[in-house]
Amino acid sequence: MSELYHVSSSPHVRSKDTTSRIMLYVILALLPTSIFGIYNFGYRALVLILVTIASCVASEWIYNRIVHKKNTINDLSAVVTGLLLALNLPATLPWWQAVIGGVFAIIVVKCLFGGLGQNFMNPALGARCFLLIAFAANMVEFDIDSYSGATPLALMREGGVGAVNTMDMLIGKTAGTIGETSALCIIIGAMFLILMGVITLKIPATYIITFVIFITLFGGHGLDASYIVAQLCGGGLMLGAFFMATDYVTSPITPNGQILFGICLGILTGLFRIFGANAEGVSFAIILSNLLVPIIEKITVPRAFGQVREGKQHE
Amino acid sequence: MKQNMERLYNGIIKENPTFVLMLGMCPTLAVTSSAINGLGMGLSTTVVLVLSNLLISAFRKIIPNGVRVPAFIVIVASLVTMVQFIMEAYTPSLSKSLGVYIPLIVVNCIILGRAESYASKHSVVPSIFDGIGMGLGFTLGLTLIGLVREVIGAGKIFDISLASDNHLIIGIVLAVVAVILIAVCVCLAVKRSGMSAITVLGIAAGAILIIAAVVALLGPNYTAITIFVMAPGAFLVLAILVAVMNIIRELMEQSGKPLAKASGCLTGDCASCGQSALCSGKGVSAAADEKKSE
Repeated sequence: MSELYHVSSSPHVRSKDTTSRIMLYVILALLPTSIFGIYNFGYRALVLILVTIASCVASEWIYNRIVHKKNTINDLSAVVTGLLLALNLPATLPWWQAVIGGVFAIIVVKCLFGGLGQNFMNPALGARCFLLIAFAANMVEFDIDSYSGATPLALMREGGVGAVNTMDMLIGKTAGTIGETSALCIIIGAMFLILMGVITLKIPATYIITFVIFITLFGGHGLDASYIVAQLCGGGLMLGAFFMATDYVTSPITPNGQILFGICLGILTGLFRIFGANAEGVSFAIILSNLLVPIIEKITVPRAFGQVREGKQHE
Repeated sequence: MKQNMERLYNGIIKENPTFVLMLGMCPTLAVTSSAINGLGMGLSTTVVLVLSNLLISAFRKIIPNGVRVPAFIVIVASLVTMVQFIMEAYTPSLSKSLGVYIPLIVVNCIILGRAESYASKHSVVPSIFDGIGMGLGFTLGLTLIGLVREVIGAGKIFDISLASDNHLIIGIVLAVVAVILIAVCVCLAVKRSGMSAITVLGIAAGAILIIAAVVALLGPNYTAITIFVMAPGAFLVLAILVAVMNIIRELMEQSGKPLAKASGCLTGDCASCGQSALCSGKGVSAAADEKKSE
């Protein structure tokens, strides 16, 4: 009887999820993509992945040491950042440039703003854009032995849909960054995350639907299925939609905000890909939308139960 | 004379417009893609600043208080126009690379700020020295930022490529100079048991020289990090240098020789002050209280 009336302070319901557990799921979900990338691009991809993860973890450890903060590398978030960054780099990138990228991601984008949970943009994508501007020549060089040098998106920009093989793009036998080529592997990983309840479909689904509508309207090919599939599977759209746009820290927490966020992403990606100077624009679209998140959250605060909106009180 | 020297020290170190007052950020971020550009921008601003301080201080009793800001603008704008024509005639390449930012000196808040908060309230000679100090401080800030950006982002130093045939010799010379400079400054600091403005500047210059030496030693193997000569690099370098300045400030406070806090409020005139948002007028009364207690 006394147990029934025993009242403690909230929270009353606790989840078993911890940061490191969720990060572990994300790493597991990224494994198919990573393994396919290594199979596709050879040992250089493996070296690059290991070097990037090592530089991310090391810079987090060193930073925490220097500023006398609690050691946070055990939450595995630095590993996820490193892995995501590596999957966003071409396999031919010199290793020291990947190290600079890892240091930039962790120190500048994450730690200087207060560590995990405080960063205003996705660290991996911030570092990718930094490298894209800093080492432009190395970052768009996709020359590998087995496949042609240009990415499918660049080929399509030049020669239309006929220039690419949509089936190859779905499986991932194309040029590109380590992790972006295989839409199939990414979807397998994403299904795992959705089943484990780590991410919801809200952001990726609205992102992809908005993007499809946008390119149907403005892409110049109308409702051409092979063009739409090629645009979806090409470049970093799948990887970005499922693994980077859904980052807890840099996406809105309000349900309506998540939908608005997805719509922003779709429109921006379409704008960059069709009207921009480059064939690809996913990373810039995600970073730009990350910056909009505080505003999106502010205008989509859900109404609390029983709360009456201002101005409607007298109705 | 002591007051004049104090003005110089104030402008270059204590209230450095770039690193302490954070004034004039528009040209600071826009034109510092190379050291030459930074130096040129800084020096042309210095010329305008000295002359405007001189004229405004000389006319300060004639200018009616109600129209003082338009009057200052007219004086500054005529000076800037002169500087612009002179630069077009004698340094055409620099004038081209600075472009629209030369006419924009008119609206540089350092110039109007000094006119409002110092020159319009002090006699001619200290005003001139105030202009020289502030101008040199601005020049120093811009040149340092330009130097760092140019070395990292383009592998050049004052437009001289560090990847030439004898890059090894240049690298070794730069490294030796840097090590000597830093050693002398550290010795001075230890001997006087505390850092002074000169040692701080020496160590900062030494650090930049070391970066340049590394770039020169790598020579043709160095891959320029091009983001540093582009717009985002300006923010990164400025942030790093301001952080270094704050570390130095802390170190000097710990060593018992605090680098006097920038009051930014010498006159109590909040309208022209870059930090009025921070103090909301409290600084004036606090300063007055201090004087009383002394």
